[in-house]
Order: sequence, then C-alpha cells, then structure tokens
Amino acid sequence: MEKVEKAVITVIGKDMVGILAKVSNLCAEKGVNVLEVTQSVLQDLFAMVMLVDITRSTAEVAELADIFDGLGQRLGLKIHVMHEDIFNSMHKV
Amino acid sequence: MNTNEILETINMIDNENLDVRTITMGISLLDCMGPAVDKAVQAVYDKVCRYAENLVRTGEDISRQYGIPIINKRISVTPIAMVAGACPGASPVRFAKALDDAARTVGVNFIGGYSALVHKGFGPGDYALIESIPQALSETELVCSSVNVGSTKAGINMDAVQKMGRVVKETAERTADRECIGAAKLVVFCNAPEDNPFMAGAFHGPGEPDCVINVGVSGPGVVRAAIQKSGGGKNLTEIAELIKRTAFKITRMGQLVAQEASRRLCVPFGIVDLSLAPTPAIGDSVAYILEGMGLEQCGAHGTTAALALLNDAVKKGGVMASSSVGGLSGAFIPVTEDAGMIEAARSGCLTLSKLEAMTAVCSVGLDMICIPGDVTPEIISGIIADEAAIGMVNSKTTAVRVIPAVGKKAGEELDFGGLLGMGPIMDVNQASPLEFINRGGRIPAPLQSLKN
Repeated sequence: MEKVEKAVITVIGKDMVGILAKVSNLCAEKGVNVLEVTQSVLQDLFAMVMLVDITRSTAEVAELADIFDGLGQRLGLKIHVMHEDIFNSMHKV
Repeated sequence: MNTNEILETINMIDNENLDVRTITMGISLLDCMGPAVDKAVQAVYDKVCRYAENLVRTGEDISRQYGIPIINKRISVTPIAMVAGACPGASPVRFAKALDDAARTVGVNFIGGYSALVHKGFGPGDYALIESIPQALSETELVCSSVNVGSTKAGINMDAVQKMGRVVKETAERTADRECIGAAKLVVFCNAPEDNPFMAGAFHGPGEPDCVINVGVSGPGVVRAAIQKSGGGKNLTEIAELIKRTAFKITRMGQLVAQEASRRLCVPFGIVDLSLAPTPAIGDSVAYILEGMGLEQCGAHGTTAALALLNDAVKKGGVMASSSVGGLSGAFIPVTEDAGMIEAARSGCLTLSKLEAMTAVCSVGLDMICIPGDVTPEIISGIIADEAAIGMVNSKTTAVRVIPAVGKKAGEELDFGGLLGMGPIMDVNQASPLEFINRGGRIPAPLQSLKN
C-alpha cells in the first residue's frame, strides 16, 4: 500500500473575503487533497488549519511552502506549509 | 490533530525564535595521517569536502520541508594535534588553512577541531599545535580551536593552563584590527565532550565513528515566553514542570531534524545536544528566562539558584525526547550573545565573579566575555584554572572563552557582529596570580567519594 503523506497548511492574518477559496484553489492546482479544515475568526483575526494529503502533489513540501508563502505575501497573510511529522513529534509522546 | 498545538508550534517559530541551532557533521581525520605533510593536508581537505559535500543543501531542504529554521551547518573534525603530530617539523597551520578552505568549499559557517587534548600532558604534536593557535586563528576565518586542559579523571595540567593564558592573549593581539575576534574562536576546556556540536568548542573525539551527525537545539525564547504566559502565581515546582514540558517539545524537533539529516546524508545519528543557546536577537535570551522567574536583573542574588533550576529542568525534559543525548546539554550563558546578559553586564549587575558562580550549575562556563586589554596572561591563566577546577571537582564540562580587548578598558565595548554578538568589557580583578601559575605541574584528580 502506498504511504499517505500529509502536511499541515496554516493561514493566519486579517480576515477577508475568499481566503479559503484562494488557498484551496491553489491546493487543487498542485494536486494537494484537502482532508480536514478548521478555521476560526476571532474579532477580525483569521486562523485556519488545513490537513492535506500531499501523496499525489505535483510539488515537494519544500516547494509547496514557497508557493504558499508567495500567495500569503500577496494577500498579506502568513501561510505556512509544514510536514505533519513536525507536529506529531513535538506534541505526541 | 489538535489546532491549538499546531498554532503553538507556528507561534514558537514565528514569534519566539524557536530554531535548530546547528547540524554539525563530525568527521574523523585519523585515516588522513601520514608523515608527508603535503599529502596529509590534501587528504584532510579532500575528506572534509567529500563527506560534507551535501551537508548545507540537505540542511536547507530539511528546513524547508518542516518549516523550521536551521541556523548553522557546521563541521567538527578529529583534534588536529593528533593528525599534525604525525608530520614532525611541519607547521600545523597548514592544516588550519586546509580546513578553512574546505569549510568555504562546502559552505559551512564554522569548522571546529583545531584542537589538542592535553589534560594529562603534552605530546610534541600538542605543543606545536598550541603554539600555532594565534597564527592559525588570525590567518583563517572559519576555523575554531579548543584545548582541553583538565578532566575529573586526570586533574588539571597547569603547564597547559599557563600556556593558554599567553595563547589567548596573543590570539587577541594578532586579530586586534578585527575586534580581537580570534579569541572568540578559542575555547579552553575542562572535561571537554567529544560529541559537542556547538562552536567554538566542537571537535570530533577519537572515540567517535568515522562520520556522525549531531544536532544542537535552541529555544530560550520559547521557554521565556512559556514562563511569561504562565503569569506570576506559579511556584518554582510548577515553573520547573513548565520548563520540562517546553524543553521536551524543543528537543523532539531537534530529534526529528537529526534523524532526517542522518537518513538523507546516510550518516549515523550521534546525539542531540539539549542546550538553551541564546542569540543576540531580542527575546532569545537565557538572562530573560531568569528574569522571567522573578529576578530584577540577571546577576542579582538568586541568579545561581534560578539557573540551576533551569539547567536541570531542560535536561529532564529533553532526555526523554531524544533517543540519544550528549554534547554540552544545558543552558549557555555567553555574555555577548545574549541580549539580557549584555544589559546586565552594562549596568554592572552581572559581574565576572557572579558569572563564575553561575558556571558551577550550568553548561559550559565563562563564555564570550570581553576583558580589558591590559589583563596579563597570568590573570587569564588564573581565570582558566579557576574554571577548570569547578569543572574537575563537579564532574562537569567547564570552559573559558574570554576576549582580551586590545587597547580598550572596562566599560568600552566590542562588537563582533552576527551570532557572536557584542558586549561591554567587564572588570577583572587585577591582583596577580603569577607565582601560583608559574609553578606549573599538575593539580591531581579529585577524590570521587567523601563529597562535601
């Protein structure tokens, strides 16, 4: 069986129309499958965490990180793409 | 997956200076030895370049994959005194230059191991290397040097201590036009660890494998923030728990990076060094952690106790997070590299004698301390002897990295730039230990029982 590789996309910044659309559009473009989304808007601070499957992604995690960082800069948001291993190792014993 | 945990990690990286401080590749040069110096120097250059060819690129790839900054990629090598000792008559500086060239070729920012281990006595190679340190450090840029002058098992080699006072001073003098930076790349150790990934004291011990990956984590900013967020009501038991938890998370990140680097480079994983290494960046300070516990300023009475708590909690939290821990593993207190220490030294709250007391309970020792340029070699030897004695008796690593600021006096400042930082020149007790230091000989190893 093929090993499923996952990454976490986090978006933090000022809320505006179309953040989710733009981020998920870019995911689709790169062959990244969105598995789970949670988001919260506290006053006007927007925070979204997406768990995505990158097994069939056309780009490596490092490349995705750069691409999404570019999108983040255009929108004035902080977007991180990080391999899920980092969170698993830091927060699970 | 828990959203809060994810956001916590992101916040640590973005706002609290969480990073992996260094991936250090240890390379053995024992197979480069030979009596023909030209051949040996070439072999050293070739081996370092061959083994570390992909180190920097791999570090950068891992950094992007996990979104964790990895600040330094470095190399440590077998103590050069051992390698150069096989070429009698040749200047060891040739090896320093080969290391410098190799470091530049592979793109690392420091290479450590221009070192000698003389805790019980000198060989001819050790003599030659120690004498050549001032020249080597003034004519190279990326080479770091260390000398181990004592150990709990062997005692303190006072002949070496005497020599090193002069060598430190001469190294500073030779680089006086560059803020005396030579002395910032020279460490005098007692109980030097053989697998330390941190500069300037990194070398690849003779008991290590051919090649190994060691990782040094960091994160004073994260610990400080955790204490700050916890508010004022917690007692010290709770603070210790909080530091343990935070250290665990930091170390897990280091372990992940170490394993990944080891896998990608096909080099065995050695150790994770659990040190809290400050940087001059605001917030990334060990002094601020101590102040966060409730001291008005670092250096106040209570500082040693706070540091002891911090140092122990970091180890307890980190040990469980990594499969193999080693190196220096503890809190560092390098004055010029720590914004809070710099402030405390400037205000006069933090003195050299308080720092000496602090080194009895934390990692390393008197680190990155600028002293007046007129301090005599025997006073520097006295500082080294005191520090080595603390390490020897307490079975721990201690070290001295002081920078005599040639032509400057207490209160003025040196500015090295970058990670080495800047700092005020601290007052030194000028009473002379000349006769004591000139006696030479060896301070015998201490008793390991009847401990009081």
